[in-house]
Amino acid sequence: MAGKGRGVAAFTFNIDALGIGRGSMPEARVGPDPLFPPTDFKPVPLKVGEDEDYMLALKQEMRGTMQRMPHNIKFKTNKADVEKYTQRYLKKNEVHDDEWTPGPKKKRVKISSKDTEDVLTKLNELEKKDDNDKSDEEQPKTKGNEEDEEEIEEEEYEEEQVEDNDYIDNYFDNGEDFAAGSDDNMDVLSWPSESKDIQGNSKLSILI
Amino acid sequence: MTSQEVRLCGLLLREHFGEVVEKVGTNLLRGGGQNLRSIIQETGVSLDLVKKSLCVLMQHGTCIFSPGRKGRGSPTEYHISCDLILKILRYPRYIYTAKTLYGDTGELIIEELLQRGHVTMSNIVKVVADRLTQTMEEGRSMDYKEVSSAFSKLVETHFLQRCPPMASAATKDNPATTEAPISTELLAPESFPDCYKVPQVTLVGRGKRQLEDPEDQSVAKKARMESVALGDEGIYWQVNFDRFHLHFRDQAIISAVANKLDQTSSEIVRTMLRMSEVTTSPTAAYTKPLSANEIFRSLPATYNIPRQVLDQYLSLLVDDPMEFVGKAGESGGGMYVVNLHRTLTNLARATLESVVQERFGSRSARIFRLLLKKKHLEQKQVEDFAMIPAKEAKDMLYTLLSQNLVQLQEIPKTPDFAPSRTFYLYTVNQLSTARMLLQNCYKTVANLIHRRLFETSNSKRLLEKSQRIEAILASLQAGGAEPEQLTEVEEMITAPEKQQLESLRLHINKLDSAENQVDETIFLLESYIHATATSSS
Repeated sequence: MAGKGRGVAAFTFNIDALGIGRGSMPEARVGPDPLFPPTDFKPVPLKVGEDEDYMLALKQEMRGTMQRMPHNIKFKTNKADVEKYTQRYLKKNEVHDDEWTPGPKKKRVKISSKDTEDVLTKLNELEKKDDNDKSDEEQPKTKGNEEDEEEIEEEEYEEEQVEDNDYIDNYFDNGEDFAAGSDDNMDVLSWPSESKDIQGNSKLSILI
Repeated sequence: MTSQEVRLCGLLLREHFGEVVEKVGTNLLRGGGQNLRSIIQETGVSLDLVKKSLCVLMQHGTCIFSPGRKGRGSPTEYHISCDLILKILRYPRYIYTAKTLYGDTGELIIEELLQRGHVTMSNIVKVVADRLTQTMEEGRSMDYKEVSSAFSKLVETHFLQRCPPMASAATKDNPATTEAPISTELLAPESFPDCYKVPQVTLVGRGKRQLEDPEDQSVAKKARMESVALGDEGIYWQVNFDRFHLHFRDQAIISAVANKLDQTSSEIVRTMLRMSEVTTSPTAAYTKPLSANEIFRSLPATYNIPRQVLDQYLSLLVDDPMEFVGKAGESGGGMYVVNLHRTLTNLARATLESVVQERFGSRSARIFRLLLKKKHLEQKQVEDFAMIPAKEAKDMLYTLLSQNLVQLQEIPKTPDFAPSRTFYLYTVNQLSTARMLLQNCYKTVANLIHRRLFETSNSKRLLEKSQRIEAILASLQAGGAEPEQLTEVEEMITAPEKQQLESLRLHINKLDSAENQVDETIFLLESYIHATATSSS
């Protein structure tokens, strides 16, 4: 309180007694000492001589001998047990899940032989043509494949519409006209259109 | 047992006795006396491994057992002391001293004893004879008698001593004895009258080589089975570390005199110390007074200096500020003593001064020496006496103060310690500064060992490869192979790998050598602290 009047940075004692002035205060510490502080002076080099070399050799020999003696006890590392554990752990983690494990290859959808013949004939015709650019050959090939897929899908789609259901087809706008440009994307679910999942069942039929 | 000591002991135990002993040992060091069950619980090590490690520690004299604190019937407790573990650092020095004093035989005896802890005489003699025989040429072997005579000489000069016998016949690792052992603590070996008596052992024979003919080996086996008792069953010997320490202390004093004065004065001091070896107790502050006549007679024959020159040397030694020698009387041409404790104090002081000089510069060392000499000085007086400008003197003083090498003493003028009316004096307390530096030394050695282990573990793969190749080379050479095969095997290590190995070897040698040399400082500071503590108590 006494110091508040004259100035905040006033000491309670006569600072001259310690021999330091107000300006020569050391910097405030901002944290612990650095772990490897920089040293102004390098350490003195080690003594070298015959005695030191002999004692060095003695020390290393003694260390080696003591480590080989029977009183040097080490923990038993059972390496066999460790492998069994990892093997057991790996076996445990194997989940026999038919849904997620990749099945045998025979489940792949077979392409009908009629389509393959069409593709092959088309390829033969193209080969006979005089074509310089290879990309021109590839484009009709890919387009040919797409058309085949669309034919298959449309056949399935037409079959669906024959089904009896309680819903009036024309009541809802199933967005066919909206997405008329891209017939490939039958997976896009646009409510309230009647959409079909992979097996061709109407998704709305689930609600029944 | 400070934390630095415990850390260093843990590393030394790991290097020499393995990780299990390290775990058990550090647990005992940190926790004091514990019984077997609590050791097992705290370390998590299995029962028989704990038993084995306690046996190993007891074999080397580190661990002692005592009846439980809760009275009769409570399980025995095990205590461990870090002194003997810290002496592991000094083993090379002990072996080298034995070599200089007693030759190769003495060196091997001490080495085998240090490795095994407590051994019987017959055992040691056989082992050392075998080892010496291996290094000798074909056809010659070492006689047991020579080894026994070297052993007896070591015992006569008290470098070896008998282990004190256990009062009860209980086995060392069995904690569940029905009756508690009678001895509550390990009695000092010197309290037994037979401490330095060599037993009558009938040892006839010569050292055996390992690769002898199988016929000889079968003969040797038969001989071993026939010889039942060699006369010294149950008498175990151990190295007397205190005697070695006295020897090191004498060496330190002699070399200090040689450095400060000259060779002749050091010879005179060496003679005085030799004469008073048997008459001076280990904790004495001064040797027994010796008259100048006696010293003159006992000087070695090579130094034939006239009597007057000897008197001059003695008076020079007495007047020296390091106070190596003191005058105790006038009879017999002057009675002289060697001031053992005072010399140790001065040597420790010189060590402290050199530490300050190497860390902070010669001007800070000047301030430090000034404070040691004048005991208490004010800030202003320090500047005046040291003849250093005020600002720099202030800076240096505060650096020393922050490193705890210099302390501040307040002397109040008034009962309330008002800062404006108090004297602030700077002072150096030599004993506490020495203790602090000793802990620093322990930390240094622990860091060196740690770094060495780190370097080794980094290049583990490379070291293993080089070891395998050396083994292959050795087997090829023993089997007699062509030089092309040898060069082929040698080329399996590539040139950069060789360089890496070389630099690794250099680093490890340097770290090992540094450990040895820090240990010299540790010895000096320990002796000083021990001497001051015993003389003041």
